[in-house]
Amino acid sequence: MAELEGIYTIWLRENKRFLRYRSRILTSVVTPLLWLLIFGTGLGSAVRFGNIPGGYQAFLFPGIIGQTILFTSIFSGLSVIQDRQFGFLKEILVAPISRPSIVLGKAIGISTTAILQGLVLLILSFVVNVPMTIPVLLASLVVILIISLGLSGLGLLIASFTDSMEGFNLIMSFIVMPLFLLSGALFPVTGLPSWLQVAVYLDPLTYGVDALRAIILQSSAMPLHIDLAVIIFFAVVMILISALVFSKKEQSLM
Amino acid sequence: MEYIIETTDIVKKYDDFTAVDGVNLKVPKNSVYGVLGPNGAGKTTLISMLCTILHPTSGSAKVNGYDVVQNPKEVRESIGIVFQSRALDDMLTGREHLQMHASLYGVPQDVREKRIEEILDLIALGKKADEFVKTYSGGMKRRLEIGRGLIHHPKVLFLDEPTLGLDPQTRESIWEYIKELNQHQDVSVLMTTHYMEEADKLCDEVAIINQGQILTADSPKNLKRELKADTITMQVDKLEEFTRLVEDLDFVKEIFIKDSEIKLMVERGENLVAELVNFANKNNIFVYSIELEHPNLEDVFLKYTGRTIQGER
Repeated sequence: MAELEGIYTIWLRENKRFLRYRSRILTSVVTPLLWLLIFGTGLGSAVRFGNIPGGYQAFLFPGIIGQTILFTSIFSGLSVIQDRQFGFLKEILVAPISRPSIVLGKAIGISTTAILQGLVLLILSFVVNVPMTIPVLLASLVVILIISLGLSGLGLLIASFTDSMEGFNLIMSFIVMPLFLLSGALFPVTGLPSWLQVAVYLDPLTYGVDALRAIILQSSAMPLHIDLAVIIFFAVVMILISALVFSKKEQSLM
Repeated sequence: MEYIIETTDIVKKYDDFTAVDGVNLKVPKNSVYGVLGPNGAGKTTLISMLCTILHPTSGSAKVNGYDVVQNPKEVRESIGIVFQSRALDDMLTGREHLQMHASLYGVPQDVREKRIEEILDLIALGKKADEFVKTYSGGMKRRLEIGRGLIHHPKVLFLDEPTLGLDPQTRESIWEYIKELNQHQDVSVLMTTHYMEEADKLCDEVAIINQGQILTADSPKNLKRELKADTITMQVDKLEEFTRLVEDLDFVKEIFIKDSEIKLMVERGENLVAELVNFANKNNIFVYSIELEHPNLEDVFLKYTGRTIQGER
């Protein structure tokens, strides 16, 4: 009971923080729209993309939702580094609440903010002429939740090994961008050179984007149940590992 | 006597550096206990071990009867902490900090609102309670942190340099606040400080710590009495010559030179001021200033470490 309350408290703080940084909310909607409208229209005009009604823009839509979740989840997970620098993490870590609850509260909090962003983007689907129904919207949100749990777990894990925001560019180049580019958010994952194919299938986000395509566009590279199995597995593993690392490393986190 | 904190030969080593070197601390229940020492003396490391933030390398410590290594959760439930560095979230309000803390520390739902109101009253944030912490002054932030540390009615409140970096006026008000707290709430306070005045004014007992070891521990009054000395601080034109001359005087027990000043430890200093001035004049030494001080903790520190507390900043 006390643990549940702890999880709720940390969840609440995560959401308050998100809602109070107005600029963050704005960019989290504007950036994906720029991708969809400019990149989507630009590349969509250059290539023939016959197999999906709505063309490249429609194909890109689930990919860009995946990208938004990726950036939000990882960066919110990394905010632990800031909490550590500003000393606020200490305040949480000396509280009589278990480390896994702290990780879980954070991850669920971050996923909630990802769901809010996903919701806005899903509602904006008319911009790229993708039809949206309530069941599709709800199913998409469930997938967003699962992907975000896994990615925020990954973000928390990276944060627990990083002392300062100096490492931010490294994380960006070596983790976030590869996860994004390899996820098939921008291109179909079938018929690729084999080296790229392997890398694409190693990226957990590939399955998240593919699941979103299966739900929103009814067109995917893999069966939906396989996508779901992979992202659920990824989420569980990431949360467990970061909970474990937070418990083991608690001394050096404070 | 009943002790709320007891440590036994507690040690914290970092590679080849020993931050805390075999400290035995006994803090009586319901007292305000001060750990006094210069920066780098090991105060924060000591407090961090007592708060379960750091594991001791060897030795043991009990807080409110619980071992800090074996029962960290029980220890955490018994304590409130105000860290040396700020631990606030700019984007939350004061009230939200208190709410968050209350639920993390499992304050029962039915008394929570009442406690929060009480604390807000106590720390006098007024209307600011519902504004973001980033708009607070340094003193308000500090008061909020102290208030937060109290909301779950801890048995021990740890204050690590509670007035560091605050202006004198705010410092005074925090002192008042800590005093009142100890009188009206059932809480023992362990504070670290490198301000002598602070320890002198607030603490029932003081441990002087230097290079990870406790040099002495007693009430400020006893520590000062032990010196049996007043300090006469003089500024003269020929410092070296004067130093040589006063060394031969019977009533001068010890001499310390600090910058351009000479400090003489004497007994019943009020009778000696005139004599010292005459003595200097007789030897053609001009006295710029002379000042008599009754002992303070600074002098106690000087006696035990051979240097002033500000020496190592």
